Amino acid sequence: MSDSRVKKRMRLKGLIAKEFLQIWRDPSSLAIAFVLPVFLLLLFGYGVSLDARQVPVGWVVDKTTPETTGFTAAFQHSEYFQSFHFADMAAAEHALLAREITAIIRLREDFSSQLFKQNSPAIQVIVDGVDANTARLISGYVQGTWNEWLSHLAAMRGTTLSRPVIAQQRIWYNSAVLSKDFLVPGLIAIIMTLTGALLTAMVVAREWERGTLEAMIATPVTMGEVLLGKLIPYYLLGMGGLLLSIAMAVFLFDVPLRGSFWVLLLTGTLFLLVALGMGLLISIIAKNQFVAGQAAIIATYLPAFLLSGFIFNINSMPPVIQAFTYLVGARYFVAILQTVFLAGDIWPVILPNALALALMAAVFFGLAAKKAPKRLE
Amino acid sequence: MWAMIHALLIKEFLALVRDRKSRFILIGPPVIQLFIFSYAATFDLNHIPIAIYNEDRSIASRDFIERFTAAPAFTEVLRITHQEQIAPALDEKKVLAVLHLGPHFSRDLYAGQKPAVAQILIDGRDSNTAMIALNYMQSIVAAFNLDWAQRHNLPLPPAQLEIRAWFNPNLESQWFIVSGIVGLLTLVVTIVVTALSIAREREQGTFDQLMVTPLTPFQILVGKALPAAIIGILEASFIIFMAVFWFRIPMIGSLAALYLGVVLFVLSVIGIGLMISSLSVTQQQGLLGTFLFIVPAVILSGFATPIANMPSFVQDLTLLNPLRYFLVIVRGVFLEGLSASALISQYWPLAVISIVTLICASWLFRRRMY
Amino acid sequence: MPDSRSDQAVFALEFQAVSKCFIAGRRTVDALRNVSLALPKGTVAGLVGPDGAGKTTLMRLAAGLLLPDSGRVAVFGRDSSNQAAQLRGLIGYMPQRFGLYEDLSVAENLNLYADLHGIGREERTQRFQELTRMTNLTPFSKRLAGRLSGGMKQKLGLACTLLSQPQLLLLDEPSVGVDPVSRRELWSIIDQQVKTSGTTVLLSTAYLDEAERCMEVMLLDEGELLDHSSPDAFRKKVQGRCYRVTHPDLSNRDLQNRLSGQPGITDAVIQGEAVRIVCDSEDSVNAALLKTDNGRTRIEPIAPRLEDAFIELLNKRRAPVRQANRITEASVPVADEEIIRVDGVDRWFGDFQAVKRLSFTVRRGEVFGLLGANGAGKTTTFRMLCGLLPASSGRLQVAGVDLRKAAARARARIGYMSQKFSLYSNLSVSQNLAFFSSVYGLSNARRDDRIQWALQQFELEAHKDANSGDLSLGYKQRLAIACALMHEPEILFLDEPTSGVDPLARREFWNRTNRLAATGVTVLVTTHFMEEAEYCDRLVIMAEGDILTSGTPSEIKRQARTEALPDPTMEDAFIQLIQAKRP
Repeated sequence: MSDSRVKKRMRLKGLIAKEFLQIWRDPSSLAIAFVLPVFLLLLFGYGVSLDARQVPVGWVVDKTTPETTGFTAAFQHSEYFQSFHFADMAAAEHALLAREITAIIRLREDFSSQLFKQNSPAIQVIVDGVDANTARLISGYVQGTWNEWLSHLAAMRGTTLSRPVIAQQRIWYNSAVLSKDFLVPGLIAIIMTLTGALLTAMVVAREWERGTLEAMIATPVTMGEVLLGKLIPYYLLGMGGLLLSIAMAVFLFDVPLRGSFWVLLLTGTLFLLVALGMGLLISIIAKNQFVAGQAAIIATYLPAFLLSGFIFNINSMPPVIQAFTYLVGARYFVAILQTVFLAGDIWPVILPNALALALMAAVFFGLAAKKAPKRLE
Repeated sequence: MWAMIHALLIKEFLALVRDRKSRFILIGPPVIQLFIFSYAATFDLNHIPIAIYNEDRSIASRDFIERFTAAPAFTEVLRITHQEQIAPALDEKKVLAVLHLGPHFSRDLYAGQKPAVAQILIDGRDSNTAMIALNYMQSIVAAFNLDWAQRHNLPLPPAQLEIRAWFNPNLESQWFIVSGIVGLLTLVVTIVVTALSIAREREQGTFDQLMVTPLTPFQILVGKALPAAIIGILEASFIIFMAVFWFRIPMIGSLAALYLGVVLFVLSVIGIGLMISSLSVTQQQGLLGTFLFIVPAVILSGFATPIANMPSFVQDLTLLNPLRYFLVIVRGVFLEGLSASALISQYWPLAVISIVTLICASWLFRRRMY
Repeated sequence: MPDSRSDQAVFALEFQAVSKCFIAGRRTVDALRNVSLALPKGTVAGLVGPDGAGKTTLMRLAAGLLLPDSGRVAVFGRDSSNQAAQLRGLIGYMPQRFGLYEDLSVAENLNLYADLHGIGREERTQRFQELTRMTNLTPFSKRLAGRLSGGMKQKLGLACTLLSQPQLLLLDEPSVGVDPVSRRELWSIIDQQVKTSGTTVLLSTAYLDEAERCMEVMLLDEGELLDHSSPDAFRKKVQGRCYRVTHPDLSNRDLQNRLSGQPGITDAVIQGEAVRIVCDSEDSVNAALLKTDNGRTRIEPIAPRLEDAFIELLNKRRAPVRQANRITEASVPVADEEIIRVDGVDRWFGDFQAVKRLSFTVRRGEVFGLLGANGAGKTTTFRMLCGLLPASSGRLQVAGVDLRKAAARARARIGYMSQKFSLYSNLSVSQNLAFFSSVYGLSNARRDDRIQWALQQFELEAHKDANSGDLSLGYKQRLAIACALMHEPEILFLDEPTSGVDPLARREFWNRTNRLAATGVTVLVTTHFMEEAEYCDRLVIMAEGDILTSGTPSEIKRQARTEALPDPTMEDAFIQLIQAKRP
């Protein structure tokens, strides 16, 4: 019946127009869609970095020789370290305890004489192990600088070091190993999780509380139309936020975009549907804004932050915990974002993840439609 | 006066606990999240998938490769036979790295004229994991070299660095992360209890009702803050208990120093939560405010990414973040065994944040009446 | 869109042995028990009954928003459980609070509902014109619904409901919070709708004068349909047993106080310059009057009202009202001491002036009323008096201090009940009482005493473990007043205490208030029920932030006396004043 289709379209159009008007009247939705992503991206884009730069290192040189001077100079040129000199170990250890420095490098008295002898630790390194990750990175840097300096020294003296195997490393996609390039795309997923859930978590609960849903149910409108009428406006807002975030990533943070924009847009759509669907579901189940708000805080941010692979590698998690990450929509989108930005349109990565997102969106909307009140009970 | 505060306290608890959904939110997710996050958030490498492309096929190369595949950090998931297979394996994220030994690997190794080359191709999309994996692989190579030199009476490589890590000798990142999660979950629970509570009373009109009673803003403040403090401290205690007895994180400092930190931290979060709550007219605004606080608070706390790595203006911003100080306290007490006197530099900023935000919140009670 | 089947059906709405229960906490509440009714097409029916009788449940069942547990609901012959979709086009339902989007404008609300009902463009413009003209909303089409007065909201809600030209119009408490002028306009719209389109109307209401205008009245109590007949038939039940009583010396309030609760007298209310009573028989009147006075009381028969029958029917089902602490001696006279003083107070919200140079004084022990429509500035005035809102200019004093600046202790002397009956909705009744008595600093023993007193006095014992959010409106009101009274304040502020509350509960409320006033408590009350003004010692009538007039009820009514209307009611006086103000 074409007549009913015309009416269906009219109802939907009416609902969408209504939602837009409400968004316009209460600018907090607009703030969530546009101001929040900009604020968060700026803060994190500049604020979050796993690259240790200018790590404060304390030096204790027991006896100054040309070799010790040469070695310390090798560090002074590195952008990774910032050198501080201490007279003795006690002073350096005190500084480490006070968190003024993160590592101590001690060159013993016999540093020069023992340099090319085996099993004679002429150099002692102490790192602050509280932050295990940083400690490990620092050890790696120190080790690398040490090796390089040794071979340099050997070459100058006309000898070669015995190194049966050397590992030649080539880093693909992000050869400068800038953590920014991998964090910023991941951040987009975190931010979209938040905006998506924030946009919709309250909207149905609010209509319950204000009694407008009751009036709505009594009209010929179907619940599917009500949900679509909520979804479409917030989807458009969310996409606006997504585009803004992508533009900032590319133009402000200089993250290379090696894949195609359209893939980002398409998978972004899917992900946004997941985020909005989750918000809607929370809103429908909670029925009051207080509980919906609490649930949205707890169910979105920390899981997306910790379980999406944004910062913590999923492969390293125990299998049981890995199983949980499959429930976090951000996981799939993070994988897509990191690939499309840094590697390109690699379909074998994009397709399964996109499929998973589509499935999740379908589940959320299925549940939302099922839980949505057709009557007042 | 205490009878009035007592009444407020009971009311606040009942309001939180009588609603089934609200009760669940306070207890269920924090416990579940403690476990999931503690296991999930790790920078340690476990079972990282790698591919091997060995064109050499000698005993030496197999021995070399064994050292990689036997390491708990790596799992070989793919054996590559052609050059063309490398790119897809990395592209499609099937493996993080490819270890490639050329056809001349063993020849170079036995000849000893020039070093044999082991090529490592690694996916840099996740730069942090890549760096850690590379460090790890380099140390495997170094160990191999040492053994090889010893077995073949070659001049041994020069003195190795002797690296010792204080406070966390095996560099277990779970120690670092779980101590951080104590802060994270305490933050979230406390903010959830406070941030919407005044906005809700505003919407329901009960806040007006409170304002016409003889209660002073100070009493209302205490009435709102105390339940949240009790819940926050209880949940923090539970998480600390689990950290010590389940996750076996060493707890070498004084419990008193830790609890002084917990109390100050919870108070400062309550202050911020109540400030958000009394600033917002609707619960939607309260929720927005909450996110605007907790998202930066977590990221800029040093929980996962070191504050030292941030640009200096962002580092200055973190001085406003109570979680930053609390994480130093928790980790200091747990791992470094610091005493209360050593942590004074962390206590006083928390105390200042608490006092300022609590005063602001109680001032806003009256100002935002209309 | 007329449909062959809906034309054939005789009844617009039919309930066959419908039952419905809800689970509230651990209790199961029977909202409706075995209700059967049938409304022929074109009827205008009123659904009345005390709060918690199940009126809203019945309306929602009729609208298809709820399904019956047992029995059958049919609209135009179609079962609501399996043909709900088709029925929605035939039903127009206006929920309590009107179901409007407060952040949308009048025109936007109308457009939304037109879209939802799928009304085409041409038809739409025509309907809009008709409806906005009918409801006088044309000049406000750009105003946000949230900024409209209660009366305009109601008309907008009705307009939205009428857009689809429903054949069955269901209005749930359409007049709560609406002033008399707007109520009159609502009825003219309904009448027109019935006349031109043959619409069937079912409306639930707490206002019995409104029910009196219906063709059929259904009385619901505790989920049971007690009676269903014409207003005339109801009135006949009390024919010849209604009287108007006056006494030269006693004030109406004292007279009413003495009469109510006497054996044989089922109801005594103040009406105009007299007390109106309903009694068992003529003899019992005389007997009762003899007791009150030595023959100086004048008594004359009067035509019965629906309300008389309503009260009688319900009172029969209830335990007799306890009159244990009824005061029989004359009340404490109003002292000359000024206890509240409002002097040239203005209040602006942005560029909107809610209160304009307001001045009045209240004496200790007075019942002082603020009358006016929604948006007249009554609530703003109250909030300023209670110190919740600063005045933009002018001076306010309550018991000698400005509560906004005074020490917290000063607030212990007042009790305040807000319009929304602000209670902690997920705390139980006794927990609410315990909380409020504690924050007013009542000691343990005294607190227990007062809680017992409140549970008994306000008949809340049976509900004491129920969440206050699950209570019906009337019980919420009782609990809210109880909470405001726990500390026995000297001054009581009651903001719209009777809005949406049924006549029975209103009587109880005023009885209690009178008793309080008699013990020297000063009571400030706002209301938009004009007849309630009669209970006040003095009152001001407000409109748009201004005081239109002030004085005792008789003085104000006297102003409205004309030849055509020798004995005007307060409502007549109010409408006259409003119309004199509006050009």
